[in-house]
Amino acid sequence: MGSGESDIEALLEIRNLHAGIDDTQILKGIDLSIAPGEIHAIMGRNGSGKTTAANIIMGHPDFEVEEGDVLLSGENLLDLEPWERAREGVFLSFQYPQAVPGLQVGNFLRKSVASIRGEEAAKGADFRRELNEAMDTLDIPRNFLSRYVNDGFSGGEKKRFEILQLQLLRPKLAILDETDSGLDIDGIKTVAAGVNAAIRGTESAALIITHYSRILEHVRPDKVHVLIDGRIVATGGPELATELEENGYDWIEGRVGAESVA
Amino acid sequence: MPANQEAREVVGDYKAGWHDPENSTIRFDFGLSEEVVREISALKGEPEWMTDIRVKAYQHFVERPMPTWGNTPTLESIDFDKICYFLRSSQATEKDWDDVPEDIRNTFDRLGIPEAEQKWLSGVTAQYESEAVYHSIREDLEKQGVIFLDMDSGLREHPEIIRKWFCSVVPLTDNKFAALNTAVWSGGSFIYVPKGVHVEMPVQAYFRINAKNMGQFERTLIIADEGSSIHYVEGCTAPTYSTDSLHSAVVELIALPGAHIRYSTVQNWSANVYNLVTKRGIAHEDSKIEWVDGNIGSKLTMKYPSVILKGEGSHAEVISVAYSGEGQHQDAGAKIYHLASNTTSKILSKSISKNGGRGTYRGLVKVSPKAENCKLNVVCDALILDEDSRSDTYPTMEVANPTAHCEHEASVSKVSDNQLFYLMSRGHSEEEALAMIVNGFFEPFTRELPMEYAVELNQLMALEMEGSIG
Ligand SMILES: Nc1ncnc2c1ncn2[C@@H]1O[C@H](COP(=O)(O)OP(=O)(O)OP(=O)(O)O)[C@@H](O)[C@H]1O
Ligand SMILES: [Mg+2]
Repeated sequence: MGSGESDIEALLEIRNLHAGIDDTQILKGIDLSIAPGEIHAIMGRNGSGKTTAANIIMGHPDFEVEEGDVLLSGENLLDLEPWERAREGVFLSFQYPQAVPGLQVGNFLRKSVASIRGEEAAKGADFRRELNEAMDTLDIPRNFLSRYVNDGFSGGEKKRFEILQLQLLRPKLAILDETDSGLDIDGIKTVAAGVNAAIRGTESAALIITHYSRILEHVRPDKVHVLIDGRIVATGGPELATELEENGYDWIEGRVGAESVA
Repeated sequence: MPANQEAREVVGDYKAGWHDPENSTIRFDFGLSEEVVREISALKGEPEWMTDIRVKAYQHFVERPMPTWGNTPTLESIDFDKICYFLRSSQATEKDWDDVPEDIRNTFDRLGIPEAEQKWLSGVTAQYESEAVYHSIREDLEKQGVIFLDMDSGLREHPEIIRKWFCSVVPLTDNKFAALNTAVWSGGSFIYVPKGVHVEMPVQAYFRINAKNMGQFERTLIIADEGSSIHYVEGCTAPTYSTDSLHSAVVELIALPGAHIRYSTVQNWSANVYNLVTKRGIAHEDSKIEWVDGNIGSKLTMKYPSVILKGEGSHAEVISVAYSGEGQHQDAGAKIYHLASNTTSKILSKSISKNGGRGTYRGLVKVSPKAENCKLNVVCDALILDEDSRSDTYPTMEVANPTAHCEHEASVSKVSDNQLFYLMSRGHSEEEALAMIVNGFFEPFTRELPMEYAVELNQLMALEMEGSIG
């Protein structure tokens, strides 16, 4: 900030992030910058630290940040509680959404919208219309409103419910952690359409964590990053996702190795 | 007698007792003796048979040792000589608002209860406003032939009905505290629903019939005649502050063939109270008795709503929640006796303990050898909010007939960090998130309550979760 030369301030700026849990380091120096209106993707092996990165941006209390900064529109996020980050506009679509038995979906959505967008936004006929429309586009039956949050939801239903929340909460930064895993083909298209509608042509941005190029065909990310062992080892355009899917992580590791030797 | 005059008589004590400083109070000295018991009965002008029951009950109370199970150290700390067993005038209830502890007044404020109502709820003053409401409901009930009186008036006006059923469900020898109640009872409700009458609205002891209802030794008797139905609701979620530390009520329910009684309670006692209550119902053929029982607060609660399934095809249900905070022990559960064939029962017990609180589920389901094809289902879930708190489960099933179909599930859970994080990521503070989880846990109970009670209970639990983080 204030450097004078930077044209657009990044919506999300991660600098030299080192973080872990207990005594294990998981993220070993991550740098990432996403401009408003952009969609980025992160791919990477199981256990490479993708969910950890998402959790740290959202503020999961179990993880410890050893070094580095996470800024949202230039504001330091790391000092904020998770609910404060949510109110600042950070949203995480969970890889494993949690069930809360006894908490009704309708009630939960209304309270969440009230808390993030303000009481007024969660009131009256306008809210109900918005809610109904969003549920219709995501093919979520109305009777879900009286079900309990994620309780007994199928894998795909959980993911659709995450996107319903994304649409209603209207975040500045949406992180989708493997939202496409477990979704059927139509579901992936629906989710991609939802993400495009929420981000393209707006001042918001999205970070999509995925193992598959399929969702990226529908979303066309501006950048694809490859995370290996807590570091971003490669960044490219959408074609990187396809190459990676064809050649596997050994290929990219080999490439990175060659580059660093060269 | 015109209905309104009668109604005024019933509620009239408010005016006389609570307002007139000249009003003399008959207050017994502390401690109990046969003489005191006889005097209570004489003062009330009771028939001799009631005096005899009281005296017998007193003798049993004296002879009966303290229970040797449950939280015996806490039970032993009750000093029966420090209890005043009878207050004639409601003036005695006219405490000073300044004497009501600060934290309770704060809770009232934060529950959004207006001051007038706060004072009434804490026993400082009568709720005059409620008279009108009470009156119109009573008129409706009267038209249907329903009797809804406080127990003392019931005994005066319908001694024959009371004589027939009093102690028929909870005999005076049942347990030490039931014996004590039978000896010194005062206040409580008496309800008779005639054959085939369905009381549509829940009948609430919310706007109390009368200050006496707030007594330490309430006695309630509800008789639902053949094919009738009633839902009775007692208590409120606001903290019930009491300077009397021992509350020992007895509730007897009789569901005659085909009748349906639901008895809902939400009680939130202040932390000095011993709440030792005997609640039992007898279910005749094809009848149904449901206890919906919420226990919050108190120092020690021992309460096991029970149902005797005496008639074929009868059904019992006990849904209860208990919340124990610092220094509190909720020892609660249910007892069901399947004495007849094709009877069914369901117990759902949920307890939350926090800040060193202790929750105990103690349940008994018995199937007698002659009872064929009974079905019983017991579910007890405990949620423990921190390391200092505790939950114990003592489920007992004594099934003496092999055709019975039994199901039993028990779980003890903790709130997970991931669950909290998920809710916090949706803009809810840690306390709000915890309240959502806690209220969700109680939801199977809460949804059975009338709307206003459900809303209040949720608010109350949210308040209880405040300051619990960190
Ligand atoms: N709460 C935790 N406690 C201990 N170790 C953890 C915890 N969370 C993550 N880890 C470890 O950190 C590493 C990164 O995990 P993370 O969940 O971030 O991987 P991921 O890239 O999201 O993998 P996947 O593709 O399988 O979802 C793993 O080795 C994991 O075991
Ligand atoms: Mg992951």
